[in-house]
Amino acid sequence: MKFAMTTALAGTLALGLGFAGEALADIRIGATVSETGPASFLGDPEAKTLKLLVDEINAAGGVLGEKLELVIYDDGGDPNKARTFATRLVEDDEVTAVIGGTTTGTSMAIIPVAEDAEIPFISLAGAIEIIDPVKPYTFKTPHTDRMACAKIFDDMKKKGFTKIGMISGSDGFGASMHKQCLAIVGDYGIEVVADETYGPSDADMTPQLTNIKNTSGVQAILNPGFGQGPAIVTRNYAQLAVGLPLYQSHGVASNGFIDLAGASAAEGIRLPGTALLVADLLPENDPQRAVVAAYKKSFETATGKPVSTFGGYAHDALRILVDAINRAGKADPAAIREAIEQTKGLVGTTGTVTMTADDHLGLDLTAFRMLEIRDGSWKIVD
Amino acid sequence: MAEFMQFLLSGVTVGAVYALVALGFTIIYNASDVVNFAQGEFVMLGGMITVFSYQAGIPLPLAAILAILVTAAIGVALNKLAIEPARGAPVVSLIIITIGASIFIRGLTQIAFDKQLHRFPAFSGDTPIAIGGATILPQSLWVAAGALMVFIGLWLFFTKTLTGRAVLATANNRIAAQLVGINTRYIMTLSFALSAAIGALAGVLVTPITLTSYDVGISLALKGFAAAMLGGMGNPKGALVGGLLLGVLEAMTAGYISSQYKDAAAFIVILAVLFAMPQGIFGRKVTDRV
Repeated sequence: MKFAMTTALAGTLALGLGFAGEALADIRIGATVSETGPASFLGDPEAKTLKLLVDEINAAGGVLGEKLELVIYDDGGDPNKARTFATRLVEDDEVTAVIGGTTTGTSMAIIPVAEDAEIPFISLAGAIEIIDPVKPYTFKTPHTDRMACAKIFDDMKKKGFTKIGMISGSDGFGASMHKQCLAIVGDYGIEVVADETYGPSDADMTPQLTNIKNTSGVQAILNPGFGQGPAIVTRNYAQLAVGLPLYQSHGVASNGFIDLAGASAAEGIRLPGTALLVADLLPENDPQRAVVAAYKKSFETATGKPVSTFGGYAHDALRILVDAINRAGKADPAAIREAIEQTKGLVGTTGTVTMTADDHLGLDLTAFRMLEIRDGSWKIVD
Repeated sequence: MAEFMQFLLSGVTVGAVYALVALGFTIIYNASDVVNFAQGEFVMLGGMITVFSYQAGIPLPLAAILAILVTAAIGVALNKLAIEPARGAPVVSLIIITIGASIFIRGLTQIAFDKQLHRFPAFSGDTPIAIGGATILPQSLWVAAGALMVFIGLWLFFTKTLTGRAVLATANNRIAAQLVGINTRYIMTLSFALSAAIGALAGVLVTPITLTSYDVGISLALKGFAAAMLGGMGNPKGALVGGLLLGVLEAMTAGYISSQYKDAAAFIVILAVLFAMPQGIFGRKVTDRV
């Protein structure tokens, strides 16, 4: 009897506590990003940005009068872990929305979980497959590889180039962008006459560059790649005195790239980058100037490290989400989803976001700035 | 002809990197039959420690020496803390311990330093040297000279010095070595220190070419290991020849056939060589008395 009493009491108590927890519930946002592992240089600034911004929003009074609570997991870049954490976020943590998926692999693993649970999911990864075809609950913030290709080919066309050489990394990023670029290159009246690749950890690309240089008619070279590859390509390109215009991708749009490649070797390189990279160079009337400067300042004061494009993706994802919760007027997943889809003219670090039912990215080519490296620093050319 | 020359010089650049890494495997393998999979991590540490000491304002030569000494100390620690306590274990278990150690070192490095790519200036500038219509960077000559020096040093060590012979004796039969008065514990510690120092030297020399970050060790170790296997594990001459051969093979495939098949072609040749000569080109024959 005594035993039954105790059990009943404990049960009631637990139930009571459970309800108490519910009653105090803040708006809970889930995130799974790759803070460690091979994609950590992307995931690390993303995690820092999310924590930083949530603290800032809460200090300013929260959203709809409630505090935001961030539940964040580190999936180490492993799609299996990302799926497990996504499941834990929707089932155990009962979050109202999920941000994350640092890489395309982890994002694709989270999508089915979010779609089944009908929880809005904003991905931070590049591939177009994430939002094409459109899935009701899945959104993303970074521009796609295809847009970077389009921006580069636009610039080449303006300069009158019709025959180009490509040297691409064989890693995921390089291979994907290579494929996307080849798919649209014909639309710009440009022909790829030399097509070479290199491994992600190769130390010398002079054979490939020699072959491109010796191909007759090549007017410019495009290097879709990530990590050390593009820096080594740039150094080899200077070593061989190739002398043709060199285009790099948005994958290396960071100040670190100029240091790695060396200012003299990188002179004259063009690449599409975001406003965040050239925050100080934006004209006064640029709509992104205020947003970008504010984020740059708070990130750099809080972490002591320079801002990166990748942290900017997380910044935009949280901004889109908070904006949607405000417009929805309640922290209900279905209402938030509706509101995200109606995001209009939201200025982020990557561009101005206007979503529709058919476009869950909401960026156009103006999101990219064509940048040129001159005397070891960036210059906006378009 | 200028093309061929450029492919060859590219092959020598890359091959010298492989050879230098491959040479690092030699000593530990000779002392204990263990293939040290943390060797790539020694290369990475050499580069990373130099980068960060250089950034802290220490002159480059001093930073390089510091990196080599610290890495050698880490090599000794690896032996004392992980290999020695498991000394009764079979060679396979010891190899697995070195894999674990490499993951551990990589993890520590990304916390202690960071996850970004780094580079420090080349020793003699970046002005390319023209040879027969092709070009090579001065740093590649540093790497090639480094590989040659380490090779000569190792060759003298194993054939002319008593300690070097003691290392070989320890690998051959540890108990017999102890019976003739060789301090096998000391030999093991020494071999880890030397291997780590050679790895770190490789890291210092190759970083201006390959760049460095906490995770470059795996891929460098893999190529270095392939080069060592091709030339014959444990033989310094094999490491040197294997590395250069592998580099030239990759460059020629990338230049004349297709850059897509570069790695595949190199590994097909390695397989073919090992099929015909399982001990590698200069490997010692293993004879067991039964």
